[in-house]
Amino acid sequence: MQYKQTRQGYVDALIELARENPLVVVLDADVAKATRTCDFEKVFPERFFNCGVQEENMMSVAAGLALEGFIPFATTFGVFASCRAADQVRNSIAYPKLNVKIAATHCGISTGGDGASHQANEDIAIMRSFPNMTVLVPGDYEEARQATRAAAAYSGPVYLRLGRDTYPVVEQIHGPFEIGKAKQLAEGRDITIITTGIMVSEGLAAARLLGGEGISAELIHMPTLKPLDEEAIVDSARRTGAVVTAEEHSIIGGLGEAVAACLAERCPVPLRRVGVRDVFGESGMAQELLTLYGLRASHIAAAARELLKGRSNALGRTA
Amino acid sequence: MSRIESDRWTSLHAKAREIRRSILTMIHRARSGHPGGSLSAVEIVVALYYHLMRHDPKNPRWPQRDRFILSKGHCAPVLYAVLADCGYFPKEDLETFRRPGSHLQGHPAQHKTPGVEASTGTLGLGLSTGLGMALGAKLRGDSHDYYILCGDGEVQEGQVWEAAMFGHKYRLDNVIAFIDRNYLQTDGSTEQVMPLDPLRPKWEAFGWNTYEIDGHSFEQIIGTVRHAQLQRGRPAMIIARTTKGKGVSFMENEAGWHGTPPNSEQYERAMEELSRAV
Repeated sequence: MQYKQTRQGYVDALIELARENPLVVVLDADVAKATRTCDFEKVFPERFFNCGVQEENMMSVAAGLALEGFIPFATTFGVFASCRAADQVRNSIAYPKLNVKIAATHCGISTGGDGASHQANEDIAIMRSFPNMTVLVPGDYEEARQATRAAAAYSGPVYLRLGRDTYPVVEQIHGPFEIGKAKQLAEGRDITIITTGIMVSEGLAAARLLGGEGISAELIHMPTLKPLDEEAIVDSARRTGAVVTAEEHSIIGGLGEAVAACLAERCPVPLRRVGVRDVFGESGMAQELLTLYGLRASHIAAAARELLKGRSNALGRTA
Repeated sequence: MSRIESDRWTSLHAKAREIRRSILTMIHRARSGHPGGSLSAVEIVVALYYHLMRHDPKNPRWPQRDRFILSKGHCAPVLYAVLADCGYFPKEDLETFRRPGSHLQGHPAQHKTPGVEASTGTLGLGLSTGLGMALGAKLRGDSHDYYILCGDGEVQEGQVWEAAMFGHKYRLDNVIAFIDRNYLQTDGSTEQVMPLDPLRPKWEAFGWNTYEIDGHSFEQIIGTVRHAQLQRGRPAMIIARTTKGKGVSFMENEAGWHGTPPNSEQYERAMEELSRAV
């Protein structure tokens, strides 16, 4: 399996976009090497602005550039974009619906060695809650490249969630990218697995594991968390009757709760959320943390088995 | 002083009095709003819109216009009163201030109100936003100016000092900012709540051209802006000493009038004071 960085997909797309559109500019907060925007700076030094360690100022400056017609990509780590600069994102950018793209790298537990302070596990919850905000969570290098291009083509604020580590390249998600559209990767009868971001590869592996046990799993990948593709969720849940969500984010406020809310209103079915439980992370290698915090195919498959067992018990009682 | 200049000051003073009446009427009618800091900023905003800025109320998005950003967003009434008087929207709209369905929100909303250049309200945003706009103008090679008004309590926000560094780094000399230095904030004296003095040396040290003036003197406001426009190379910060609640005797220098609307009796008294000849 090939592994690549989602953050590199973002920056490669930025360079393409800047060649096509003189209005594309990049803002950085002293993390250009870590976010890979240093590659952009090499090609377009006059369109790259290092704001220093000033995430709050950077977000409001980005709003100012958007007010003057530019398409700023404000780039920093997820914890800084979503927590440190939350007020600026909310009031300077989201409220007036300005055309600012917020690119956040180092999201999720796979940020690794830096530990809990730098592992953004709450960023989706924060960004989803702001009106006017679009939230994109691509699953691999190529999808990150596509999502970046889609964000630039869309007029309005976008939060683009990226990681630090290298992640499996997943050919199945390389079709056309459309904001707000889920991608069905496998059809199934017994259960629906819904993934977002880098959990797509674990979802595929879980579906294979379950298939080997005679359980037919449908797999839906959601690179857009807002607006949520409710039709895809409801349509699949109606057919399978059970849903497992998987995200590299807290189970509070992310994919799991978004899907749960949608299903509770439109198609109540049993549901399990795979994600970081309500805890802070810790330092470690990305791959060992994904295992330690329960974000593997085996955890998704276990949640699915548990759900199906519950369902057969319930059926047994009513029979 | 020449006869023409003397007439000009007289007409600006008359306009300031009219704007003060409009501010009080708006806040009294809404039964909420911030009179103190709106009144202290009147001369600065009037000098900008009626004398210094190139702008066209009939064409609010004219690309070559000078821009004004009210970073102390709670003082929206002074901005709304001036925008309405200039003709950006009907004066009757002022009656809807802070009411459901109105485009005149409690704090400025760029996407709702014609003539409002940036959404502000939570303190500390406006200077950064204005600098970002000014950077955009530099990238395009435009030559208009950006005027930004901050409160003195506002500059306790860390973001303001981030912006101060940013403005210096990118030499945004198309920015002329003001601090409405009325020495009062919500909880009392700025020097007791969180001391700001010596304020001018702070801005000097951050690399801005700095000035300290009487913020109720049109002569000083206009003269200092003209001077700042000749001293390009760095952004400018004008510390304008003002009186919070200026123009209404019982509101002057009283922190309690930061965010309290006048009752009917107080409103009548204030309007009576403001109707007397200067």
